[in-house]
Amino acid sequence: MSLITTLARLEAVSTGRARPAATVRHRHLSTRPLVFVPLTTAGEAGAPLGALVGTDRDAPRLLVVPQPRDRDLRFAFLAELADVVLPYVDGFAGAVEAAERTETDPETGKRVKVEVELCADAPQLIVPSRAGIDLVRLLGRSMRFRRTAEQDPETPFPAPPRVPLLGRWLTHFGERARVPGSSLLLAMTDVLARHWATGQSTLEDQHLGALLAWIAPPEGRSGAEAAQEAELARDADGQLVCPPAGPATDPAFDNKLLAPAIERYDRARTALAAAEDGLEADARLGALTAAERDVRALVESRTRPTWDAVWRGLDLLRELPQGARVEERWTRDRWSFTGHRDRVLAGEPPQPRRDDAVTAANKLAVREREQARLEAQEALDDPLVMAGRRLAGEAFAGEVVDVVMAYSESKRPSPRPLVTVRTDDRPHLGERTRVYRTLGGKPQTAEFAGYEDGGPDAGGDDGDDGGLLIVLRIMDKMGRGKEPEEGSVPEKGDRVCFTLFEHEPRGGAKLPDPEETPWTHGGPPGEEAAVPETADPVTEEDLL
Amino acid sequence: MPPPRTPERKLRHRLAELRGPEVQAKALDARALAALAANPGCRRRAILDGAGVNKAALASALGSPSVFGQSQFAFVRGNAFEAKVKADGGTELLRLAHEKLDRSAEPPTAARVPDLTAPGPAGCLERTRLALREAAEAAAADPGTWTLLDHPMLALDVAGSPAFLEPDAVVVHPDGSWTVVEIKSFPMLDGAADPSKVGAAARQAAVYVLALEEVAGRLDPPPRVRHRILLVCPKDFSNLPTASAVDVRKQRAVTARQLARLTRIEEIADALPEGTCFSPELPAEQLTAAVESVPATYAPECLSACELAFHCRDRSRAAGAVTSLGRPVRAELGGLTTVRDVLAAAHGRAGDPDDPVVAALRRAAALRAEALGTAAAAAPAAVREVAPCR
Repeated sequence: MSLITTLARLEAVSTGRARPAATVRHRHLSTRPLVFVPLTTAGEAGAPLGALVGTDRDAPRLLVVPQPRDRDLRFAFLAELADVVLPYVDGFAGAVEAAERTETDPETGKRVKVEVELCADAPQLIVPSRAGIDLVRLLGRSMRFRRTAEQDPETPFPAPPRVPLLGRWLTHFGERARVPGSSLLLAMTDVLARHWATGQSTLEDQHLGALLAWIAPPEGRSGAEAAQEAELARDADGQLVCPPAGPATDPAFDNKLLAPAIERYDRARTALAAAEDGLEADARLGALTAAERDVRALVESRTRPTWDAVWRGLDLLRELPQGARVEERWTRDRWSFTGHRDRVLAGEPPQPRRDDAVTAANKLAVREREQARLEAQEALDDPLVMAGRRLAGEAFAGEVVDVVMAYSESKRPSPRPLVTVRTDDRPHLGERTRVYRTLGGKPQTAEFAGYEDGGPDAGGDDGDDGGLLIVLRIMDKMGRGKEPEEGSVPEKGDRVCFTLFEHEPRGGAKLPDPEETPWTHGGPPGEEAAVPETADPVTEEDLL
Repeated sequence: MPPPRTPERKLRHRLAELRGPEVQAKALDARALAALAANPGCRRRAILDGAGVNKAALASALGSPSVFGQSQFAFVRGNAFEAKVKADGGTELLRLAHEKLDRSAEPPTAARVPDLTAPGPAGCLERTRLALREAAEAAAADPGTWTLLDHPMLALDVAGSPAFLEPDAVVVHPDGSWTVVEIKSFPMLDGAADPSKVGAAARQAAVYVLALEEVAGRLDPPPRVRHRILLVCPKDFSNLPTASAVDVRKQRAVTARQLARLTRIEEIADALPEGTCFSPELPAEQLTAAVESVPATYAPECLSACELAFHCRDRSRAAGAVTSLGRPVRAELGGLTTVRDVLAAAHGRAGDPDDPVVAALRRAAALRAEALGTAAAAAPAAVREVAPCR
């Protein structure tokens, strides 16, 4: 956390309201996101208890597992979830635009451009908190190796048809969420905390209700007060007034309300099974339906406040203008979505339990590159983020005070103008350090040529006069002629901002193909890689 | 005959007084151990844990109840899983111990499972010591004997007062060495479990290892306490147990060091005013005063480890301490510890401009104001409200 954000947090403490930590929105928001508010059963490996899911804030679909330990009910829940999520995802698969991609020609080995499809838009899943992202990944893992009756007639407990496919999609969303700056799957708390600094710690920011209370407190109240109430206030029954955003539930809710309701449901079900004639069965079916309705009402009462909170968060985020480079990152998400769509269509097997060495290395390389890209792009999009980089000495802004024309010493001299910038910032410049500025959307490179007046250490009057005078040699983007093109060199009086980091960071060296995996990393995939992953063995003891 | 009044007894008496008359001492549980690791410098937590005060009851009496609680679903499941692991004389558990830790030893066939029940923790402690000694003898007499101790009782000296500990199980190997077993109900998915939960389990097990080493030190020859513990978890999405050996040398070293440098409870107790008592029966004002008489070092990490955290947080916020925003924030701000001081320094109303922290704060404040100002000028709707520039 930079000192600027810390300062914003302290301001929030003293004003009782969250302060902006960004001036633009740094994440893409879909016009039609799918919001997913899941709940799980405590103690089980992510066994679902219920969820609210949908794209319409006024009409969420309520899915409930009235007895979380019952496999059939769990499968019914997952099948229903698939019925909501898969049509939504498929809705984006059809509309495509033509795009170009460079690929290595398998015959000639040359890099050639090929025309491919790129989905015009991509689905976006929004969960309340980071734990929700983990649950999406866990659900994906639990479903993608299941076998349906169609795939394997022998399987003892066949999954409903679309469940394995849902598992593959949720796995893809979960994996993509690990790429910095991606927006296919977002946690509302993370996105809100990126844009606002509250007067509490980052740990406490994980509570969606408290976070929203800081950002938009109710009329006439301070954020601190409202946040504390959201966190701790309980009603006369000892239940939290603002239920946790999940997926874990409050133990008091489990013990006092949910457990008795589930028990009633169990009893009604046993009674129905023991009914001796149709008349009796009818009456007991009524009791079972009532018991199930009770559990559903309980689950809805804990998910609905979170559902509304997520949409309120979306409203707040939509008020911020979108950052200029957000769309470019969303295009990468679209590529990712299109890639997975193609893998599913091509009938490829589900994602393996463990990545092989090359895939794992590739994923890490992508995440590193995207992290660097995200940091650069956020700073370029947002003066407040840039201020943090300037404070850290990684960028400087100032006024051009002098421009002197100079030329390179090659056979065909090119323009290498010397530009003097006066700045109050203290960049960490070494000899011939490269610095960059944005010129018409592209980065222009310059080289540090020295300080006009001897640098930050020279003279005793450091800090109270006009600041540093930095001389830069502009290196490129000035056209082919002897004279630089119009507007390509800053003029006297211009305000400029140069960064010490690259605007479009490059990745590392290319990684080998899987067949070329070095022996240090397990060697090329052998025969075992050709065997598709087996399904999870299903036992009586299974919980999910 | 009353035992002699040694200093140790005196301290015990003093701690009982702090706890309040007729209040049972609370054993040091996993959460208290975690808090110990998370915040070793907190004197308030040290004395309350040392005296065996029920902090959850105390927090409720203070009006800031803790939010810890266990769902009965988790409780039932945890117990069911532990029972399953230990079923049938611990056959499955010993098989896992043999497979993961001691493959060269004789495979366990019929293990000894001594009865450890006894009245009171001190009785259980004695029974455990005895059982461990007998296990060593049994292993020497008949090579290939495995012994499983189900919920043994151990004691560890924490800041001058003994804390009773109850590991899930201890296995005595045929070579006479001992292994701590931790049974947890979080899943091991594709051979990997949640790192934070594994870390907590390892820290907890490290304390048991230390306590066992104390027992071992009194035997002749002292048996080896293994530094790789056995973590037993459900496999994937099932209820079937799987296990992994976890090396706890690092956690053991850290805990040992922290225990050694814990502020002596005696010293803290001596600094308390006469008549201080933490009994939850007392009226809230009196309790608040008692709790206030011991300084706390609150940080947000306490929220997940200490029952009293909400009380301490309220105090910390009321005092305007910057640590309530997180330890990293505190570290960044040097000698400025309150929100008011920092803001005054940042806006040039106080502080020495030659102090690097103050200088950095002023630059940060100026840059922030400039950035918000340009953003507001560029798109007035962009920022919901403009920062006050001072």
